[in-house]
Amino acid sequence: MIASSLSEAGRLLRAGDTTASALLEEALEAASRTEAQLHAFLTIDTEGAREMAGQADADLADGIDRGPLHGIPVALKDNMCTRGVETTAASQVLAGYIPPYDATVVSRLRSGGAVIMGKTNLDEFAMGSSTENSAYGTTYNPWDLSRVPGGSSGGSAAAVAAGSSLLAFGSDTGGSIRQPASLCGVVGMKPTYGTVSRYGLIAFASSLDQIGPFTRTVEDSALALSSIWGYDPLDSTSYPGAYPDPTAALDRGGDGLRIGVVTELSGEGFEPAVEAATADMVARLEKTGVEVIEVSLPTFEIALSAYYLIAPAEASSNLARFDGIRYGLRVDGSTTEELMARTRAEGFGPEVTRRILLGTYSLSAGYYDAFYGQAQRVRAAIQEDFARAYSQVDALVSPTSPTVAFEAGARTSDPLAMYLSDICNIPANLAGHPAISVPIGLDEAGLPIGFQVMAPALGEETMYRLAAEVERQAAFSLSPRALGAVS
Amino acid sequence: MPIEIDIAHVARLARLGLSDAEMESYKAQLGVILEHAARVQSLEGEPRIEAAHPLGLANAFREDRSLPSLDRDEVLAQAPVALDGYFVVPPALEIE
Repeated sequence: MIASSLSEAGRLLRAGDTTASALLEEALEAASRTEAQLHAFLTIDTEGAREMAGQADADLADGIDRGPLHGIPVALKDNMCTRGVETTAASQVLAGYIPPYDATVVSRLRSGGAVIMGKTNLDEFAMGSSTENSAYGTTYNPWDLSRVPGGSSGGSAAAVAAGSSLLAFGSDTGGSIRQPASLCGVVGMKPTYGTVSRYGLIAFASSLDQIGPFTRTVEDSALALSSIWGYDPLDSTSYPGAYPDPTAALDRGGDGLRIGVVTELSGEGFEPAVEAATADMVARLEKTGVEVIEVSLPTFEIALSAYYLIAPAEASSNLARFDGIRYGLRVDGSTTEELMARTRAEGFGPEVTRRILLGTYSLSAGYYDAFYGQAQRVRAAIQEDFARAYSQVDALVSPTSPTVAFEAGARTSDPLAMYLSDICNIPANLAGHPAISVPIGLDEAGLPIGFQVMAPALGEETMYRLAAEVERQAAFSLSPRALGAVS
Repeated sequence: MPIEIDIAHVARLARLGLSDAEMESYKAQLGVILEHAARVQSLEGEPRIEAAHPLGLANAFREDRSLPSLDRDEVLAQAPVALDGYFVVPPALEIE
């Protein structure tokens, strides 16, 4: 690989040692070498990407520098609308859908000079933790091709891990960026809710969804976030105030920070290698001057339960738009209702159907208060627990995932076991807080382990400061062996 | 306590045309998931803060100013059936 990070690629570009076109050709070549095994991409837009790379080179030659993503090949989870390029959310119901507009994130990438090379695989409508729920086939883990890459943004995680992209974007509703980042040995980050526009992101659970970057380094993650976030009038939940600078404290080190190790995110269900790596990292941080205390957030025990009421409830409402009338699949019927019911039964896969039913149930008359209403009270109680914890510490840490990558097929017949994959991630979604996963090592089978850093709302500067120290301490620079030498 | 689920009613509300066998299978899965989800009922007391936007945003209003909308033909090109600038649906009312 010409460059091992996008910041390095940017330096080489500006020094005239490479071109956007060369970076793109290298990414396309890596994809063509690995895609048969990985299936990280649903669409590779070779022609469109070559045009963008050519433009990026022409601009640089004319002295126009569009910022840190200028000339960088980028992959996007296929639930972000790209004008003129098929966008399916990995669902049959959207097969062949060509969006008539760009998501705000996509417009910002274009105006930032990024080269959009393709759309990555996901669990259908971002519902899942393994990318096995895609209607277009599973993605596999570059570290072990018999295992899942995590999910739902598994394609984006696998593409960055395999070197076919220096930067990819995913969306995180209940861990869908951080968990696959952990399982694929890359950096994955979910921003504060409301800081990255959701306009043009195909909605799953609107009060939880956030777009965020997958990168090889923490610095790249901060640069990528700076390039896409900010107020957008097209998203009514977009934050109009002042934003922190994610890159400001990357070099400050952890000395003087106070962090909390979350008691509830350990013990039963956590693999010993994951717990040992986490404890080792905490000890290393302590040696650099980070003050460590243990904190208990008791409501974390019921966060997963609340999430599996709130997210499906919102999904059942959001996915009502897929009705066979305005876009996508239509299965005819003699009445409009029959047309809708047939279209939806045929167009949605089992996990999406399950969640729509679950959400419809928990919102229905007679069950609303005991399920959905109570889940909202739990959500508020989780926010209170976080507020108490953050009155004592600057950041909270835990494993990103209780396990390393699991075998493909291992959890597909047990929805609840699959849901437990996201147990460490969901609290930050319910609170709307930022969180990041940084790779810290491998288990004895050679599978990556991720370390999660959580911070309060708009605490990205501190979150990245600590994440950068975690990265320095871990010195993780290994590449997937399953694919041979990719870097 | 087993959770009562009228799966045919829920499927109808969700406009999902499922077979009887599919409904039985989903009903069993929902039972397991809802039993776990019912743990939310173990929360005691009323939380003091509202679970709304983490940054405290309430309603957002845009300026009352018209902006260009999406191109109609481009939008309708994605419709399964369109005619004369309209989406086409089966009759919503029964015709005698």
